[in-house]
Order: sequence, then C-alpha cells, then structure tokens
Amino acid sequence: MFNYIWCFIIISSIICSVITGNTNNLTNSVLSSASEAVELIITMTGTVCLWSGITEIADKSGLSNVIAKLLSPLLSRLFPDLDRNGKAFGAISSNVTANLLGLGNAATPLGIKAMKEIEKEKALSLKKFTADRDTVMFVILNTTSLQLMPTMIISILESYGSTQPASIVPYVWISSICGLAAGIISVNIFYKKEV
Amino acid sequence: MIVSLIIPAIMLIILTDGLIKKVPIFSCFTDGAKEGLKTMYSIAPSLIGLITAIGMFKASGALDILTNFLSPVTELIGIPKEVSPLFFLKPISGSGSLAMLNQIISDNGADSVVSKIAAVMTGSTETTFYCIAVYYGATNIKKTGYTVPCALLGDFASMLTACLIVMYNV
Repeated sequence: MFNYIWCFIIISSIICSVITGNTNNLTNSVLSSASEAVELIITMTGTVCLWSGITEIADKSGLSNVIAKLLSPLLSRLFPDLDRNGKAFGAISSNVTANLLGLGNAATPLGIKAMKEIEKEKALSLKKFTADRDTVMFVILNTTSLQLMPTMIISILESYGSTQPASIVPYVWISSICGLAAGIISVNIFYKKEV
Repeated sequence: MIVSLIIPAIMLIILTDGLIKKVPIFSCFTDGAKEGLKTMYSIAPSLIGLITAIGMFKASGALDILTNFLSPVTELIGIPKEVSPLFFLKPISGSGSLAMLNQIISDNGADSVVSKIAAVMTGSTETTFYCIAVYYGATNIKKTGYTVPCALLGDFASMLTACLIVMYNV
C-alpha cells in the first residue's frame, strides 16, 4: 500500500506544480530535499545513539526487570484471563518495558513471542484463528505505546535550533497515556460480551 | 524547570544503578550506541525518500491546498490546520510522519506552537498499521477482530490530546 502512497505524493506534486506554475520551486526542492534529509539524519544520529547507549545500561543492569515487575499488577488487570506466571504474560511485560525504554529493536521480537504465546495459551487455533480480547489488547498496547524518551522527535526539534527540545517530553507522556486509555477502554467496550 | 531535569535525572538513576550492580557501564553504552547507529542506518533510506516526496508536496503548493481543504474540519475542532496531514500519515508510516514533522518545523520554526503540537503528535504513538502487520503476520491469526477500530480510536485520542494540551499550556 505504501508504494501507492509514496507515488501518489510525488505524482500529485508534479501535476499540482504544473497547474500552479511552481515547477521551478519543485525542481529546487527535489535537488535540495535529499541532501537536507542526510544532514537531518546525521544530526539525529547523535542523540539517538547516545540514548540507546544509556538505555542499554539500564537493560544490562536489570533495571528493566524491575520496571517489568512494577508493571505486572497493572498488566494482570488488562489480561485477567492469562496465567500470571505463564510464558505469555512474561513476554508481554518484557515487551511493554522495552517499548517504554525505547528499545525498539528488542521490543518487536518480544512482541512477536508474546503474540505466539497468547495464541498457544488461549488455543486460538480452535477458534478459527480469530483475534480474541487478549491479542487485540496486546496489539493496542503496542500501537499506542508510551515511550519515556522520544529521542528522534527531540533530535529533530534540536536540529532546528529549538530553545528547549526536551520540553515536549511531559506533553508526549500525557497524550500517549490518553491514547493508551482510549485504546484500552475501546477494547473493553468492543469485547464486553465475551468477558 | 522540572522539565529540564528529566533527562539528567534519568541518566543519574541509570548510571547509579549500573555502578551499584557492577555493570561494565561504558562497554554497555557503546554496544547500545551501536544499536542506535543500526536503527538510524535502517531508517535513513526511507527518510530520504519521504523527506524528498513531502518537500515536493510542499513546494508544488499541494500541501497548502490539502491543509486549506481540511481547514473547515480543523477549525471546527479548534486545532491548527498545518498539523492535519499528520492525522492520516501517523497511523500509516513512521518515516512519513517524521518527514512531515520535519517539513512543519522547517516551515514554522522550532519554537512555534504548531511545531510543538506536531512533535508531540508524532512522539505519542507507534505506527499503528506497521505494528498490526508485524504482530498478526507473525502468528496464524487470520481475522483481526476489532483491532483496527480500537487502535485508530487510541491514535485519534492521543493526537487530539496532543493538540489540546500544547495549545492551552505553552
């Protein structure tokens, strides 16, 4: 699907520039955008690397396990049907912690493991492979996931000379939590009959 | 002022905890930073493609036509029209919304309310359809049930909150 979106953006820009007579601007932007993109990526790399280095320390020192334990009472309320000492629940809490810390590369494999374990524990193969409340809830936790330190966003603001790039952090937390809450509430509404 | 302490405080906690548990801190740091390089390396090609596409969209005047077309809706909710493309782009593409954020900041300045809203919107959720595709793709589940409506409701709530809290608190 993304093939079409990317082509649509470019082709509609070309058509629009011919109609509005902006072809000069368009050509200049093609020539400058790609190199501006590289400059931005290089500036972003510094902050992103620094932060993933710091979170790696937290992961190795076991701080992430502590966070996972702190989260487990909350998570067990979201997944009342799952065994709290089971593999599925363990994978879910590791995945949520990795998302929270922004360990994107670790979060995805853990998430896939969690999905497979839920599928096994809930025997979804007997239910025509239809997503149940728990799988939907887990995917929602990931799509609306809260990231403690949105480094890429901070680094883009910083590269444009923002006076206080980190000032967005509390706003990100609040709106992320609101999205998470809305997601959880809607799962509970849609799946009320089955609970 | 508390905001300016968030980053140093998190660093202090992590480093102290690492020291107490006798973790090889600096080699962990460099390992992690290497992962950061890999992340940036893997998103660079799509960012270059999308920043170019969105730069063209802006230069041709198409972006202004789109945001003006959507402005009756954004005015009704009371949010700036410049951020409206993010509502569509954010659930579909992470790199696309970073590219759009880049465009919005370069048009409006890094300290403007519009840029701040766009930054918070982009930072608050994950790329919904990517998550759904990856997670269901890895299992045998064929029917996603109510996943998409629930996920989009969550996205919409978080992006709307982003607009409102930034506008009334800056």
